[in-house]
This record gives sequence, C-alpha cells and structure tokens, in this order.
Amino acid sequence: MIGSIAAIGMGLAVIGAGIGIGQIGAKAMEAIARQPEAVGDIRANMILMAALVEGAALIAIIVSYILPISA
Amino acid sequence: MSSSAQQEHVDDEDHNAQHESVAHDDVCGHAGHHSETFEPAPTAFHHISDLNVYNIGPWNFALPCILYAPDRGWDIFMSSKFGFDRRGHGDGHKTYNGYVLDGGVVKRIVDDHFPMGVQEVGGFAHEGDLSFACIDGTPHELEAKSTMDGGLFGGGVTSFYDFSLTKNVISMLLVGVFLLWMFIGIARAYRARQGMAPRGVQSFMEPMFLFIQDEVAKPFLGKHWERFQPFLMALFFFILALNLFGQVPFFGGSNVTGNLAVTMALALFAFVITNINGNKHYWEHVFWMPGVPAAVKAVIITPVEFLGLFIKPFTLMLRLFANITAGHIVVLSFVGLIFIFGNSGQSIGGASLGAVVSVPLTMFMMAIELLVAFIQAFVFTILTASYIGAATEEHH
Repeated sequence: MIGSIAAIGMGLAVIGAGIGIGQIGAKAMEAIARQPEAVGDIRANMILMAALVEGAALIAIIVSYILPISA
Repeated sequence: MSSSAQQEHVDDEDHNAQHESVAHDDVCGHAGHHSETFEPAPTAFHHISDLNVYNIGPWNFALPCILYAPDRGWDIFMSSKFGFDRRGHGDGHKTYNGYVLDGGVVKRIVDDHFPMGVQEVGGFAHEGDLSFACIDGTPHELEAKSTMDGGLFGGGVTSFYDFSLTKNVISMLLVGVFLLWMFIGIARAYRARQGMAPRGVQSFMEPMFLFIQDEVAKPFLGKHWERFQPFLMALFFFILALNLFGQVPFFGGSNVTGNLAVTMALALFAFVITNINGNKHYWEHVFWMPGVPAAVKAVIITPVEFLGLFIKPFTLMLRLFANITAGHIVVLSFVGLIFIFGNSGQSIGGASLGAVVSVPLTMFMMAIELLVAFIQAFVFTILTASYIGAATEEHH
C-alpha cells in the first residue's frame, strides 16, 4: 500500500517538475526569439534554472523511493 | 499480472517473516542455482551497485578486499579467495574467515562462532530482504553489505566495515590517473608551444576549459575567479570523465557518479569550500537578513536560510546521483525487455522481438545519457560556482 502511494507521489513530483521545466523551456525559447544575440546567456541560465527545479523534484522522488524500503 | 496474485505473494512473504525459523530450514532446498525466472528489478540493481569484483565483458576479475570487523580486526586478501566463477554473477564458492561473496558483494555470516578459514559454499538463497549462504545444506544468515550510502540499494552500517578497493574505487583511480596524465601532457604542450595554435588533444580540451572559465567561473565568481578556478575545473572534468566512463558498456560497467557516497563526497567539498570562504555579508544574510522586520527574520528567514546551507549541497548530491542512476536503470530495463519477451531464455522468437524493440530504445537512451553526462557535470559546476559566488560576493 505504501509502495503504491509512494509511486503516486513520484508521479506527482514528475508532473510538477515537468510543468516547471516546460515553463522554463518555453520562456527561454521566447526570449531567444526576441533577442537571438543573447542566446548564450539565456541557455546557461535556462539550464541552471531547470537544474534547480529538478532538484526539488528529485528530493520528492528519492523520498518516495526510500519510504517503501524503510517503512 | 493480476493484483490479487501479487497481494498473495506479499502476504506469503510476511508469513515467512513471522515464522523465520521454519522458513529457513527449507530455504536451501532450492538453492545452489539462481531462480529460473528473470527478475528485472534485482538484475538492474545488481548491475548499478558497487562490487568486489571487476567486470570486463562477461569475465570477473579479483580485487583486493580490505575488511575490518571490530571483534576480529583487519582482513586483507584478494577476492579470488572466495573462488568465484570466472563468468557469471560473481557468487563465491568458498567462505573466507566468515566472509562470503554473494553476487560479487562481500557479506559476513551473522553467526559469531562461524569457523575461520575456508569452507565450501553450496550456493546462495534470498528470501525477502534476507540472504543466506548454504553450507553443507544448512542456511547461514548473511548480514547486509557494508555501505555508507544509507542503504539505499540494500545494506547499510554493519558489524564489519568494507574498505576494499571495489570496482568503483578502481574505476575512479583509473579515471583520475588518466585525467592527470592528459592534463599534465596538455600543460607541457602549452609551455613547449607557447604562442602557437593548439594541437591534438589540446584543441579538444581547450574549448571545454575555456567554456567553464568564461561561462561559469568568471560570471559567477567575479574578481575571485582565479582562486576557485582549479576546484571548479577539477570538479567538472572529474564528473564528466566518470559520467562518460560509466557509459562504456562491457568495461567495468561502474556507476561511480551514480553512487551516493561519491556524490556525497563531492557535495561535501562544495559545502566546505563555500562556507569557509563565506565573508561576513554572507553570514549576515544567512542569520540576520538586513532590511526585513525582526519578527519575520526570527520566525521565517533565518531558519529557512540556515536550512538552505545544508539543502544546497544535499540537492547537489541527489541531482547527480539520481540523474546518472535513473539513466542506467532505464537502459537496464530496456535490455531486460529482451529477457522478459524471451520468457527468461525459453523463447528465441520472443527474445528476438524483444531485441528489436529494445535495441533502438537503448540506443536512444544512451544518446540521452551522453547529453546528460555533459549537462550534469556542467550543472554541478555552475551551481557550485554560484554558491561560492554568493558566499564571496562583496557588499553592494
């Protein structure tokens, strides 16, 4: 039972990260289209922001991974 | 797969756990050979975990084991003492001083009065979380493997400590020596060919080096960039090289950057270097953020900022570990499709169909992993640089 709930938790975390990274990607594309000369800066910051969003999601995934093992 | 059957299986396991003494007697009845059906999850975890044997192609090679048990002292020997098969999963056929090699991993027999020296092992049996070595038909319970990663892949802190030169350690040393050799060679070439265009491996590494210098070190560290440049470069190339080395199939198959202990050590370096270089503005912003009402500071900002000190390296550790491990598990799952479709080796047609499905998916995943290897090395470096940058920034 805990395993199933943890699996749902993992899915929710991935949905959250998907929305977040999707937003970052969309806005970065938009920004590059507006200002193609700033593509280098935008790309570096895009990856940085995506990594930060991903970090929060990964904590959720790891917690839901460990929970069924330790519980 | 019907859920009721699965439920029954789980109930069965609980039942066995309650009547352990009864279950243990017959555990060796079907031991000595691995279970016939292919189990994807344990197989995947076996292939990403650290082992006491080195794998090149299908062959296993012995590595030094350095074991310490507080009640017994040091044991230093080669893992060939366990008499493992040259090919296969690395199950040892002998005990050595109460240690056994189960699936390539050193484990200790729980029994304190187990005789020292060498004994024949009939095989290994697994039941739930417990492992047993079958010696003369009697099962002997084994301790979990000794790990420092909190037992995420089984194991944990045990009655013995494993300081062995394991597969991951050997891979890390190989990569370290390779990087040293390559960069010393490049540095020599720069000195010898001053003012001339880079040549050979120089022209391959120079753009990567300059990229980290110009995109990471200089913008994030401001005027301190030269002080932290060596650390950032070491971090980037070490992680990148290990990520790429972990991608090489059939050689080692070591999952070094996907090992929590390794990423923990890297994150610890980032944590220590960030905080010992923090200036007074940094600590002021952590403990007493200027320009915020005192009540808000005491209740919200300071606790959150203080926790943030630890959460930052913690996410650094998890991000690298999870990205690399997830990639490897997906690849192994796709390869596992062949065995699932092939009904554990009974149906050649199914296995061929599985291979047709699995090979393009695996290739696709390997390509993604190649990208991830670069991105994660870059992300680790850029985040470390931004933390150090925030700690050393001058007042403005």
